[in-house]
Amino acid sequence: MKSLHEFLIMGGYAAYVWPAYGVTAVVMLVNALLPSLRLRRRIAELKRRADGGERS
Amino acid sequence: MNALQALISRDLTIAYRRWGELMTPIMFFILVTALFPLGLSPRSELLREIAPGVVWTAALLAGLLGQESLFLSDYEDGSLEQLALARLPLEWQALARTFTHWLGAGLPLVVLSPLLGMLLQYPAAAMPELAFGLLLGTLALSLLGAIGAALTVSLKQSGMLLLVLVLPLAVPVLIFGAQSAAQAARGEDPSGALYLLAAMLVLALVLAPFAIAGALRISLES
Amino acid sequence: MNISWTWFHRLASPPHFFRLAGRLAPWFGWLALICIAAGLYGGLWYAPPDYQQGDGFRIIYIHVPSAYLSMMGYTMLAVSAGIGLVWRMKMAHAVAAAVAPLGASFTFLALVTGSLWGKPMWGAYWAWDARLTSELILLFQYFGFIALSRAFEDPRSGEKAAAVLALVGLVDVPVIHYSVVWWNSLHQGSTVFVGAGSDIATSMLVPLLAMIAGFTAFFVACLLKRIQLEVLERESAAAWVREVLEDA
Repeated sequence: MKSLHEFLIMGGYAAYVWPAYGVTAVVMLVNALLPSLRLRRRIAELKRRADGGERS
Repeated sequence: MNALQALISRDLTIAYRRWGELMTPIMFFILVTALFPLGLSPRSELLREIAPGVVWTAALLAGLLGQESLFLSDYEDGSLEQLALARLPLEWQALARTFTHWLGAGLPLVVLSPLLGMLLQYPAAAMPELAFGLLLGTLALSLLGAIGAALTVSLKQSGMLLLVLVLPLAVPVLIFGAQSAAQAARGEDPSGALYLLAAMLVLALVLAPFAIAGALRISLES
Repeated sequence: MNISWTWFHRLASPPHFFRLAGRLAPWFGWLALICIAAGLYGGLWYAPPDYQQGDGFRIIYIHVPSAYLSMMGYTMLAVSAGIGLVWRMKMAHAVAAAVAPLGASFTFLALVTGSLWGKPMWGAYWAWDARLTSELILLFQYFGFIALSRAFEDPRSGEKAAAVLALVGLVDVPVIHYSVVWWNSLHQGSTVFVGAGSDIATSMLVPLLAMIAGFTAFFVACLLKRIQLEVLERESAAAWVREVLEDA
């Protein structure tokens, strides 16, 4: 690759290469964040329930 | 009469009394096959080309249709639990039940295939190969469908799920079966594809009973 | 002998696995980031355009790792589900349930990237070539597993039924692959991609290996997090969970 311009247009295949990388990035991001988010939420929820029960 | 024979004759008797139910896959097979010329074109060259694929796809769908009820009535009235406790291993019972199902749902398709081939301009000289391929294929498909039926017997509205589960298993049978019919129609030697079809049938015969019995036991637990 | 079995048994215990997974996941995450960054630099910037496919070939760097993970994922799914079924290990079923959506995601990516690669190369967004067709059927197998495991009222029965399906499906994978390759070769000349086993230039190969390593590390990191979630869901009433909540 000689320049940023060349990088972006991907020799004319940009319309295929970049969407492919884009979809991949999105799917991987979702897979990376979703479990951690859900885990944190679940722990918080279980904690709330446990504390709530003990307080009674 | 040993237990296996008793089981088979019971299933055959029930099937005989409910012969109306058996007509469904047969009618489906004929109607679906007839739809293709109507939907596409009556031109012989086209029909001859699609005939193997259409006949096999129709046979696959007709065979899987209604297979969800393979174990259903026994599950619902509790007799499945009794059968699971019987001395005859559940794997053999699964084989027997699948065989009687095939006699009612698969064998008629094999017998009818020359007629349907004729509707689609399939060459008469290749009819024996078509029927033989379907013989092997419908047996395999009955076994594979029975796996799906056993997995879904305790679920409501399992028809679509059964199809989704069994389809990946059925695709190789479809590929080799339709290919053998196409090769026979073109005058080429179909034995390669037929051997592969037979190999898949043997694989299914050996492995499916365990999967079916295992699935039935799991369904009974739930 | 004793030590190795202890290790294995401890792995099978949910609280131990939960803590181990929590500690390992970030390491794999960073490994993934480094490998993928290196691979992207090497693949998108450093490697020269292909002789035949120009810059379009660069999709290989996400297509091949995705396809590889889709297959590895299904194997992991079937093996862990099988272990859960035969040895009645709850952890194994949790692993299988965690792998399924991940594997399905990468199968989906293999299909999408394969399709976008195919459009400029073959002129069509979809082609019934051997690999894409096998990937499509594999996606159905993943969906079937997920659907079946959720269709049961009792989740324990659901995971067992799905395990039976996964084992059957595992036998099916090579059968499908072989039959589809055979079917495809009859109807098309073989569609050979760059790097389909033939000589691939080092400048193209090294980034590809980096991407495969990076994607795999990523897969493991996500998997560990998902397994933690699965274990928590299944064991929420257990005593050890109380301790975890206090640590959190």
